[in-house]
Amino acid sequence: MDILLQQIVNGLVQGSVYALVALGYTMVYGILGLINFAHGEVVMVGAMVALTMTQLLAASGLPPLVILLIALMTSAGVCMALGYGIERIAYRPLRNAPRLAPLITAIGVSIVLQNLAMMFWGREYHAFPALLPHSTHMLAGAVINDVQIIIVLVALAVMACLLLLVHRTRLGRAMRAVAENPSAAALMGVNINGVISVTFMLGSALAAVAGIMVSANYGIVHYYMGAILGLKAFTAAVLGGIGNLRGAMLGGLLLGLIESLGAGYIGDLSGGFFGSNYQDVFAFFVLIIVLIFRPSGLMGERVAERA
Amino acid sequence: MTAANNVLLDLSGVGKRFGGLAALSDVSLHIRRGEIYGLIGPNGAGKTTLFNVVTGLYQMDDGQFTFDGIAYDRCKPHVLAQAGIARTFQNIRLFANMSALENVMVGRHLRTRAGIWGALTRNAGARAEERAIVKRARDLLHYVGIASPHQTLAKHLSYGEQRRLEIARALATDPKLLALDEPAAGMNATETESLKALLQTIRASGVTVLLIEHDVKLILGLCDRVAVLDYGRKIAEGVPEEVRRNPAVIAAYLGGEAA
Amino acid sequence: MRNVPDSLLRHDKRHAWIAFAALAIMLLALPFATDALLGRGWVRIVDFALLYIMLALGLNIVVGYAGLLDLGYIAFFAVGAYCYALLGSPQFGLHWPFWIVLPLGALLACVFGVLLGAPTLKLRGDYLAIVTLGFGEIIRIFLNNLNAPVNITNGPQGISMIDPVRIGGFSLGSTHELFGLTFPSVHLYYYLFLCVTLLVIFVSLRLEDSRIGRAWMAIREDEVAAEAMGINTRNIKLLAFAMGATFGGAAGGLFAGFQGFISPESFGLTESVMIVCMVVLGGMGNIRGVVLGGVLLVLLPEALRHGAGPAQHALFGKTLIDPESLRMLLFGLALIVVMLVRPAGLWPSTQRRRELSPDEDVVHQEQDTVYDSSK
Ligand SMILES: Nc1ncnc2c1ncn2[C@@H]1O[C@H](COP(=O)(O)OP(=O)(O)OP(=O)(O)O)[C@@H](O)[C@H]1O
Ligand SMILES: [Mg+2]
Repeated sequence: MDILLQQIVNGLVQGSVYALVALGYTMVYGILGLINFAHGEVVMVGAMVALTMTQLLAASGLPPLVILLIALMTSAGVCMALGYGIERIAYRPLRNAPRLAPLITAIGVSIVLQNLAMMFWGREYHAFPALLPHSTHMLAGAVINDVQIIIVLVALAVMACLLLLVHRTRLGRAMRAVAENPSAAALMGVNINGVISVTFMLGSALAAVAGIMVSANYGIVHYYMGAILGLKAFTAAVLGGIGNLRGAMLGGLLLGLIESLGAGYIGDLSGGFFGSNYQDVFAFFVLIIVLIFRPSGLMGERVAERA
Repeated sequence: MTAANNVLLDLSGVGKRFGGLAALSDVSLHIRRGEIYGLIGPNGAGKTTLFNVVTGLYQMDDGQFTFDGIAYDRCKPHVLAQAGIARTFQNIRLFANMSALENVMVGRHLRTRAGIWGALTRNAGARAEERAIVKRARDLLHYVGIASPHQTLAKHLSYGEQRRLEIARALATDPKLLALDEPAAGMNATETESLKALLQTIRASGVTVLLIEHDVKLILGLCDRVAVLDYGRKIAEGVPEEVRRNPAVIAAYLGGEAA
Repeated sequence: MRNVPDSLLRHDKRHAWIAFAALAIMLLALPFATDALLGRGWVRIVDFALLYIMLALGLNIVVGYAGLLDLGYIAFFAVGAYCYALLGSPQFGLHWPFWIVLPLGALLACVFGVLLGAPTLKLRGDYLAIVTLGFGEIIRIFLNNLNAPVNITNGPQGISMIDPVRIGGFSLGSTHELFGLTFPSVHLYYYLFLCVTLLVIFVSLRLEDSRIGRAWMAIREDEVAAEAMGINTRNIKLLAFAMGATFGGAAGGLFAGFQGFISPESFGLTESVMIVCMVVLGGMGNIRGVVLGGVLLVLLPEALRHGAGPAQHALFGKTLIDPESLRMLLFGLALIVVMLVRPAGLWPSTQRRRELSPDEDVVHQEQDTVYDSSK
């Protein structure tokens, strides 16, 4: 088995998930200039709701794929409502407040969501039922299973749809207009609040998809899963250039690769001193290094602050 | 007196681009010591950008400038403030939640030296310095004519007083060149008149003034020389009366206020 | 100056003195009163409250004064604590004295603060928040994993049997008889922590009203304007970061000595967020507010922990909601509500009070001060 190739495969799978979550960060940032700190928790809620749906439907005798689809629709619906609610309650009243204020309400929201989830679903790890086929294939020396293939394909499809939506539809044009210049967009008759709400809902729906993907891939769901995932996805968004959709996709994939290659080779590189349990460190190092050397990210433009 | 010695700020061939937009191109001008130099031009002509370049907020793409005989390139704003350039902002940028007095006291920062040790021990030196800062700040508040109590938060001052406070804060840095970005904007006629008097006093005290203004009467009544920017280029320079009759300038303003 | 009759002023002064004396007596008697009324466990909790107040005051310099949101502040606490623990426990068989280890921990935390701050402080506020958050996680991951192949931190098990604080031959880890009174260990730590907290308050007050403090606040209010006024923003921000880290490291050392045991679990994201909450809830930049925030956020959850279980039992016959998650839930809600309703915090800072009564100062003196630029 080829370790390099295997790590690349793993990295791409993980990276697709990061990319989907990163899109949620980047869309909100592009429009509001705000880090939606609670986004990671939306991913977690998506996974949890899907879990509950699959458990409820387990005895129904429906085919697994149908169950999964119903679970997906439900959790996307719940997450969209959640995203809408978060924006209305925690961000909209603070739109003209100092920058740090919405960041702090966002932290508050994620604490609340995490603890509510803990109350509903408990502290323990839950097994996510295997609803997708998971036979494994050999691909040029690397092992990949059906779930992983599906994850990558779905992620690509969702991203393609999103790009079409943003660049080819009226709604997308309104979103870009608001991102570019909110007051001008308002003068042109764009309903800014509507666009912002839709953006949050779109991002949250993507988060639901991502949540189900991670759960299906690892087979495990946990109330704390959103925090670190969200942080890494944010890193991915920054890496690609925050506010930039293609950047978020690229950043997600890159971060997935960096992490899995890093974890695969750190042992060899450090002479066995560091092991793969340092995997989580890579994302943060990448984040710090990117922000120091290229704060605008790989695909972002430099913008000077106006004086 | 040699010419070089007489020039305080000397720009040659300064250019600044934002993406495809040339906000400044090939701007050369020199400001002499002790004069009031006006900078005018239509909206978006690049006046504020020029301020941002000479105060270090933007880095220029082409050209160079010298201040007081020394060339500055890729310098941080605080270095230029140290060198003696102080400014105000077109869209007022006071320290909103600090008092008027504290705003001016911040201006003294770069001419004073007390550090952590002085702050903690409040030794004789630090206390004396602090007293001097307060005294100077009070004097400056009176000097620019702020009538509100000195403890009023900057954000609660009237618009005109906020503009004056910005001037006081800039003066607190002991500048050689005071750069004012539309100080009369939003002022009524009386306020503008007393601003004019203030600027004359400041000039009389030996500070050179660089003034961006849209108010033509103020420019005519105050400036020794005027430069006109349009689309990032200097299209005219000279004494105000002369510039006012310059056809290029009239064209730039489309027969507007300068005609 | 407003003319206040002399007698009135003296009257005010006397009142202030009485209040001050009452406060001092209360603070001195607090551990004994708590012990008698609520039990020894609560004295421990009060000690923790003091530790957290120290942390909150340290973070207040960074967040409240300089306006830099640091979400990884607990990392400095961890650095101080581990420095103390490694140099004063059987882990390496080192038992260095307290008065070397504690300053060393503070210094090390300061170094870490500068190392992190130097490259990142030019970032915009929310980016800085995320980077510091990442830094906090990195430190925690290292603490968790530096037990193999060479065992340095003892990994998730943490370090135990840490030396108690010992000043000269006087160990705060055991009960002492003084002035005819019995001082258990928690009481002794209380007085130590009280002294350090008062010191931190003193330092904060002095800094607040100084050239450096004004520069911090100017940066918080408008960084571009501060720069244009000649403030070397990078250095001044770094100074705030280093000061905050130093306080954090010192508090960490005290924590290790007090607990006798530390593990990476005490230094997670939740703890960082908690300290931020204290600063923000109480009132950013206002020392009294920060102290209030610290007291509230340590005592309330403890009260909930002790009260919520029994209360639920009484009401529903069983524990419906885990008190631990209930307290975090309330934290989260409090953060949101306070930000929405009172963005300036529970205890409005002096600045805000000044708005309410703007006329305390200054009738104008002579109008003809001459400005002299050569000065
Ligand atoms: N940070 C920036 N990024 C991009 N473009 C900028 C930036 N700052 C200025 N510009 C552009 O540069 C041009 C010149 O702007 P500037 O503010 O210097 O004009 P101005 O002469 O001060 O106009 P006004 O009289 O309206 O103040 C404008 O087209 C403006 O949009
Ligand atoms: Mg302008």
